[in-house]
Amino acid sequence: MPAERLLPTDDSQDLIDLTREICRQDLAPQVDDMERAGTFPEKTFRLLGQAGLLSLPYPEEFGGGAQPYEVYLQVVEEIASVWMSVAVGASVHALTCYPVATFGTDEQRQRLLPAMLGGDQLGAYCLSEPMSGSDVGSMTTRATRSDDGGTYALKGTKAWISNAGHADFYTTFARTSDDGGRGLSCFIVPAQTEGISFGAVERTMGLRCDPIRQVTFEDARVDAGQRVGEEGQGMAIALSALDSGRLGIAAAATGLAQAALDQAAAYAKERRQFGRAIGEFQGLAFLLADMEAAVTSSRASYLYAARMRDAGRPFSKQAAVAKLVATDAAMKVTTDAVQVLGGAGYTQDFPLERYMREAKVTQIFEGTNQIQRLVISRQLLG
Amino acid sequence: MNIVVCVKYVPDAQADRTFSVDNTTDRAGVDGLLSELDEYAVEEALKIAEANDGEVTILTIGPDRAADALKKALQMGAHRAVHVNDAAIHGSDAIATSLVLAKAIQKLDPQPDLVLTGMASTDGTMGVVPTMLAERLGLPAVTYASELTVADGKVSVRRDGDLASQTIEATLPALVSVTDQINEPRYPSFKGIMAAKKKPVDTWTLADLGVDAELVGLTAAWTTVESFSARPPRQKGQIVTDEGDGGSKLAVFLGEHKFL
Repeated sequence: MPAERLLPTDDSQDLIDLTREICRQDLAPQVDDMERAGTFPEKTFRLLGQAGLLSLPYPEEFGGGAQPYEVYLQVVEEIASVWMSVAVGASVHALTCYPVATFGTDEQRQRLLPAMLGGDQLGAYCLSEPMSGSDVGSMTTRATRSDDGGTYALKGTKAWISNAGHADFYTTFARTSDDGGRGLSCFIVPAQTEGISFGAVERTMGLRCDPIRQVTFEDARVDAGQRVGEEGQGMAIALSALDSGRLGIAAAATGLAQAALDQAAAYAKERRQFGRAIGEFQGLAFLLADMEAAVTSSRASYLYAARMRDAGRPFSKQAAVAKLVATDAAMKVTTDAVQVLGGAGYTQDFPLERYMREAKVTQIFEGTNQIQRLVISRQLLG
Repeated sequence: MNIVVCVKYVPDAQADRTFSVDNTTDRAGVDGLLSELDEYAVEEALKIAEANDGEVTILTIGPDRAADALKKALQMGAHRAVHVNDAAIHGSDAIATSLVLAKAIQKLDPQPDLVLTGMASTDGTMGVVPTMLAERLGLPAVTYASELTVADGKVSVRRDGDLASQTIEATLPALVSVTDQINEPRYPSFKGIMAAKKKPVDTWTLADLGVDAELVGLTAAWTTVESFSARPPRQKGQIVTDEGDGGSKLAVFLGEHKFL
């Protein structure tokens, strides 16, 4: 059952209708096989890009859809309710465009954004490193400026990078001085840059169509014009981008939970035991009611944060709340959905076990849920 | 290159389709959409127009809600649309439909170089309107095209039959109906959706076309649906338990049904 949505305009309703049509006709028929094989859905990203669904929250003049986050995120949620890996890839792509769109110069926006938002390109976000996860300020990847100042040479290894090996550009954070968190800078590194190599695809628990790899820069040389923001501004850019990125993850987690709930509710109406549908037993009916409450509150949380963002208000705390609430809810709802289907839910004949595996990572990436609590509590007590 | 695509707003085949009290297709109680078979004609028109700097006009006949079919085609990229909407048309048969379409096309300025249609509607599934329309317009008709090229004032079409594929050429202007093998219709893009809101849609009545209302509609129809009954639900399948002899039981079953 499609989620009930209050949308601000007729345009946004048309956008949701388009998303549902593409999801139903193109994504749904292939998701099971593709996830089983772990194939990167390149054609699907191209299709979504051509339809304009990968550039929604960015300005029209650079090829974006000029949509508020309130609408963009509901598109992400709709995609996630059919194919979580693709929704995460789409959210990551939006994240990779954020630094140029928000911190880039006019010249950089005009030069870089039309291609990034044109629908034919995908980005990857290179922040984490093998030894630097939540502690972003400890990263060791270094960008050394040439004597004439015209280029930077990047050296170091990034870890857990979505879209790695398939992306057209890498939004990369690297150290330009030894000044801890104040020594980081942001670069847009084109995929064809010499000196980039990729590790093996990580053998992950879920999101098999979202290949995660290490990205190694070995004296990868980029023009100084590819640096976004000032030297030393990297940490602020990364955290600002993640505030918005987290909303994408919250929306995706909500869609995943909605899909699990829909299938569990449908099964509870069909499956009969002791002479009646199992949904007629209060033990299961209340479990489903709690799942509905969790999904609805997840959606409300991310939409509230989105509306704060759209209104130009600070939303960092609300984004952390939304990410925490929605991803914890997704873990619980998908786990309970497996329970509703019983033995069937535990088999690969139904997608519920996959949903449960996919939910787990949402509590980990784009800031672990422990980091979200840190963000929230610091704002409360700071 | 001016191309007109005739499209139909049909009940969604995935919904519970039924008939109205007058035995015509129920178009009010069921969600409708641009006939999927017509999407191929729209896509083909857009491709030709893109390659030849052409313009695509979408034409439909139908009640108010048929505007949704036009909207979808405009979102895909068509340039303008014409909606013939007149209560008197309700219940028209293929003959009257082709008359109204012909009059509407004759009123267009400029006149089309190419008229495209789907191979049939997904509700009536008669598939005769394209040839009737070509006859009324005095155009060469080529039906069931699974490949189409336009060059040097001619259209060349591949027409796949059971035994052979024919290549047929016709001089423009011409009418061509296309099959679902000819292309892969595009999805609208979000930009296309936004742009479609500003595209011109003309609404014409029978009076605008100079068509006598007595020539169309249910009373003028040469054929009418006398009665209908729902198809019986499919029989429950037969479950064969494999007790080591599943293979031979399967062979017996297939033999009984003359598959072997």
